[in-house]
Amino acid sequence: MTRSTDAPLLSVENLSVTFQRQGEEPFRAVDGVSFAVRPGETVGLVGESGCGKSVTSLAIMGLLPKRGNKVTGRVDYEGTDLLSLSDDAMRDRRGKDIAMVFQDPLSSLNPVIPVGVQVTEVLERHRGMSRKAAMPMAVDLLKRVGIPDPNRRVKDYPHQMSGGMRQRALIAIALACAPRLLIADEPTTALDVTIQAQILALLKELVQDTGTALIMITHDLGVVAGLCDEVNVLYGGKIVERGDRHELFADPRHPYTNGLLNSIPRLDAPAGERLNPIPGSVADNLPWDHACAFAPRCSQPIEVCTATMPELESAGSRALRCHNPVQRTEWKEDAR
Amino acid sequence: MTNPLKKYGDARKERIDDLAKLAKPRQTAAVGSSVSAGGTGGPGSVGVDDAGTVHEAPGVSLIASAWRRLRRNPVFLTGAFITVSFILLAIFARVIAPHDPAIGYLIDKVRPQSNPVPGPEEGFPLGADNVGRDLLSRLIVGSQQTLIVGVFATVFGLIGGLILGTLAGAFSGWIDSTVMRVVDVMLSIPSLLLALSISALAPSPSQWTLIIAIAVVQVPIFARLLRGTMLQQRSSDHVLAARALGIKRSAIIFRHMLPNALGPVIVQATLVLAVSIIDAAGLSFLGLGNPDDRAPEWGQMLGQSQQFIYDDPQLAFYPAACIIVVALGFTLMGESLREALDPKSRR
Repeated sequence: MTRSTDAPLLSVENLSVTFQRQGEEPFRAVDGVSFAVRPGETVGLVGESGCGKSVTSLAIMGLLPKRGNKVTGRVDYEGTDLLSLSDDAMRDRRGKDIAMVFQDPLSSLNPVIPVGVQVTEVLERHRGMSRKAAMPMAVDLLKRVGIPDPNRRVKDYPHQMSGGMRQRALIAIALACAPRLLIADEPTTALDVTIQAQILALLKELVQDTGTALIMITHDLGVVAGLCDEVNVLYGGKIVERGDRHELFADPRHPYTNGLLNSIPRLDAPAGERLNPIPGSVADNLPWDHACAFAPRCSQPIEVCTATMPELESAGSRALRCHNPVQRTEWKEDAR
Repeated sequence: MTNPLKKYGDARKERIDDLAKLAKPRQTAAVGSSVSAGGTGGPGSVGVDDAGTVHEAPGVSLIASAWRRLRRNPVFLTGAFITVSFILLAIFARVIAPHDPAIGYLIDKVRPQSNPVPGPEEGFPLGADNVGRDLLSRLIVGSQQTLIVGVFATVFGLIGGLILGTLAGAFSGWIDSTVMRVVDVMLSIPSLLLALSISALAPSPSQWTLIIAIAVVQVPIFARLLRGTMLQQRSSDHVLAARALGIKRSAIIFRHMLPNALGPVIVQATLVLAVSIIDAAGLSFLGLGNPDDRAPEWGQMLGQSQQFIYDDPQLAFYPAACIIVVALGFTLMGESLREALDPKSRR
């Protein structure tokens, strides 16, 4: 599945997003994030709320509001820097080359337009098709994402569909113009567990069949384990750990990743055992400039953690930003 | 020892059984129609080819589901009944009215000193006015003017409000600020005073100056409401999703934002209709309406009845009652429409 020899389809280099309001301290939501996605590969961006996952995706898509923020760095899509494109040029690419699947399928569909028309709208826009000509394609697309009875479903309004079907419809809309890169921003958060599995299986299948590159944004390590080839763990706007999913799950080096994995409830845990949460919240973060942002919540901080910022050091496919990484022996023996 | 809560449990179970019995026929239909789309799920994939079941009944749109609730709402039915009969009355006024409202049939009976206003008699159930014209016919035909003024004032106000509100809501920045400051200034002037000033500007009062004056007063109400809902739409997920698909800006405004923002505005229009009718009556009462009293209008009739209010209050009472009932009808209908279309009460 992983074709790491291919040239990357999208490479994000040193992407930073700073929000600034008049009279307020600027806030750096994304801080020097770099990663690359190759065709047919799935890259995960993992982290808790407020770590900059969604802002990263919106910055790549050029969907951040024009005022009040500064985006620096480079988003290279086959040689063009998406950040330097004009509004119009970027608009022509969105939906055609890069598409996005959002979190809440109900609110992400237009409630007053039938689902089929929302699919054809993209085709009309990017392929110049008439609605009549695009309708059979819309039916095909809905069928492809596993919506039963697509001929009738194209006429349905979003509120007439179930949550899982809406998410399928959203995926169909995103896939309408066969984009080469798909960004899925927590596509399973609003769904219940069985539907989550279906949607993930669908995404996986689509990536494998069409060679689409997929950026998976999630806070759910289960999703990552099932889907992603490469995982980037974000904390406070910076990548703190990167690795192949097997390596990362077997051998988490950063205390944050380790804490995330330890906090997952386990079926084989003895009854009555408590969960192991990571103490504190994002509000406790230190500024990255002269410390490790995670230090106040870290299980094993050392003195240097509150004095200097750790650099992202990479070795092969792994990368780590930590002064005092977790030693392998500390991780429970049954990791995977 | 028996569980004291057991009987509650049993009652609950029975209720659930009853519901299950009721639900059964529908359930089987739903299961029967569940179709799995073949060919998508690869071997070993987690049920990709089944996204659940399809209900046999065709889906209901927002309007259809609102109608289902409205159909049983007595408030709405009352309002709708009044409104529909008023509209029918206005349309067929000339046919229904027993006499010509402009001809003084009973002018012979009018004695300025002893009998200024002829009372009811055969063929003239409500009597006549001070120049002998049939009061009932005048009331019936008067509904026409009221309807025309109310509807046109609302429609023109709505159009103006739509333009301003869309401009302000779709473009942020200086366009928004300019439009909204103008709207604020208009809203700061009492509405009747503003309408009065506008209709006083016209060289000669007529039905159309009345309509324009009232329409202008309604514009800021619609504009402000629409701007608010447009802004809400602009930050909504589906507009972001549409932007993420590269949909053109104009299409986003007119297909994704405006239709979703329009609901509260349309409901407001039915409420504004009532206000327009009252305003129109008020302005006519003050003599700013159509000066030609051969075409009757309720407010104008009310104004002319002032001098007879002590001896013949029915001259004032009937047109006033008409205005109240019609305004009430539109208000009841508008309020229940607003409730029915409120997304919070949906499902």
